[in-house]
Amino acid sequence: MKIQLQGLSGCHPAAKPGASPALHGVSLQLDAGEQLAIIGPSGAGKTTLLHLLACALKPSAGQMLLGGHDPWRLSRSALQKQRSALFLAPQVPPLPPRQRVVTAVLAGRLPHEGLWTSLRSLFYPVDIPLAEQALAGFDLADKLFERVDRLSGGERQRVGLARALVSQASLLLVDEPLSALDPTRSVYAIQTLTQAARARGATLVATLHHVEMALAHFPRIVGLRDGALAFDLPASDVTPAHLQALYAQQLHELQDVPAPADDASPPAPAPVVMLCR
Amino acid sequence: MPLNAGTRTTHDPAWAGRVFWALAGLAVLWPALVLAEFKPWVLLEPGALKPALHFVGDFFPPRADAEFLALLARETWRTVAMATAGLTLALLLAVPLALLSVRVLSLSALAGTMAPVPLALRQLVRWVLTLLRSVPELVWALVFVRVVGLGPTSGVLAIALTYGGMLGKVYADILESSDTHATSSLLRNGSGRLQAFFYALMPQTAAELTSYTVYRWECAIRSSAVLGFVGAGGLGQLMDSSMKMFNGSEVASILLVFMALVWLADRMSSALRKALG
Repeated sequence: MKIQLQGLSGCHPAAKPGASPALHGVSLQLDAGEQLAIIGPSGAGKTTLLHLLACALKPSAGQMLLGGHDPWRLSRSALQKQRSALFLAPQVPPLPPRQRVVTAVLAGRLPHEGLWTSLRSLFYPVDIPLAEQALAGFDLADKLFERVDRLSGGERQRVGLARALVSQASLLLVDEPLSALDPTRSVYAIQTLTQAARARGATLVATLHHVEMALAHFPRIVGLRDGALAFDLPASDVTPAHLQALYAQQLHELQDVPAPADDASPPAPAPVVMLCR
Repeated sequence: MPLNAGTRTTHDPAWAGRVFWALAGLAVLWPALVLAEFKPWVLLEPGALKPALHFVGDFFPPRADAEFLALLARETWRTVAMATAGLTLALLLAVPLALLSVRVLSLSALAGTMAPVPLALRQLVRWVLTLLRSVPELVWALVFVRVVGLGPTSGVLAIALTYGGMLGKVYADILESSDTHATSSLLRNGSGRLQAFFYALMPQTAAELTSYTVYRWECAIRSSAVLGFVGAGGLGQLMDSSMKMFNGSEVASILLVFMALVWLADRMSSALRKALG
């Protein structure tokens, strides 16, 4: 899906009326099938940007066009239909504790199936192979019939990502997909995500704390700082100076991040790690 | 931001409010006690204690001959059937009304405030629920005894209406106070409201909803005793006639059956909660 943002501003849903917007004046263009990582220190507005893109939050100013249309001009039912083309995977996986993994994954399919099919699926899952395949992408195929509350935090996060895989959305918005994963699993998970998005031509936007992971796996990087766009560059053009400016005063956030790529594959993007010491 | 922590006061800003509301609560409670003629020491005056003890003394031994036990069994069965049928009808009323009134399942409230028409509809449904449960089942029963005549039917209808209102309100409260993260995520990704209910809200709250429903079934059994006094049949009517004959031993047997039923409901509730939790 093609995305155009023009001077977009948005407030955090829980913000007080007078508070300054969490995101202001962001302009951005994304072509269908593009893959983009958003980086920046905590509180930079990364999640707010994702929520705006997911139509979960109404912009307080500016314009957003999804596939050439402003979703907020649509009627409520048309907006809900538009939302089924978007998939937002929140940082905390939204899984009811007493649900089984297979049901939780297949819930990603709900917007594309009728009420009757989804009710039948509660009695006998309609597409077990699909769920299993999605879980296998995150090394979780053996947990298919486990209950969610028997899983570890990292396993839950991966179930949440597997749900993104079964959805048929053409825009995947993933918020901090790696926050609970160990280095090896992180690399595996991000590869599965980017490959799946590429395979079906979906646009992928992910916020990432791990700068090295963003640089290694995403062709395009957007830096956010204090709710504004700091830079928008191809990954190869992001220099240590850019990162230092982006994380100035929050340099510890850069340093605290373990270097996951190091453990997984020896040729890690070294320059960034060196810089932050 | 630890930078200006030193300039802030360290008093708990909520303290003054807490003291105020505690004192305000006492100030309201005192006239209430006076108005309710709350004088527990009256219970211990000999003139009041003696007839009460005499009545209770009649309870022993409970009547347990075969003829009475057969009658008791038949009326117990009728009471259970009345409570169950009433509660089933109440569910038919309560579930749709609760779903209609729940804010969590609102699409327009997903991004900010709810639109005026859905807001008005939800308020209207809440008023209907208030209306249903503010009329005591005894009054409904008196109405229906005049319409359908003496017998369990009027009891069933009375329980259905009052309990429909109670169940609907409490279901709505349970659904609203649950963790809404999973539900709003599904709605945001384009699922329908009923799909979001069955895949997120219900698994999240199933144990509470079930245990409350079983508790209400228990209440319905008790309240059918009261309804029996106005001619709605069952154990209540039996108790009414025993009371009028001052037959304490029969009353004792009936009370023992009530205790057994309440114990049964309690066991059932905890077993169900265990199975669902």
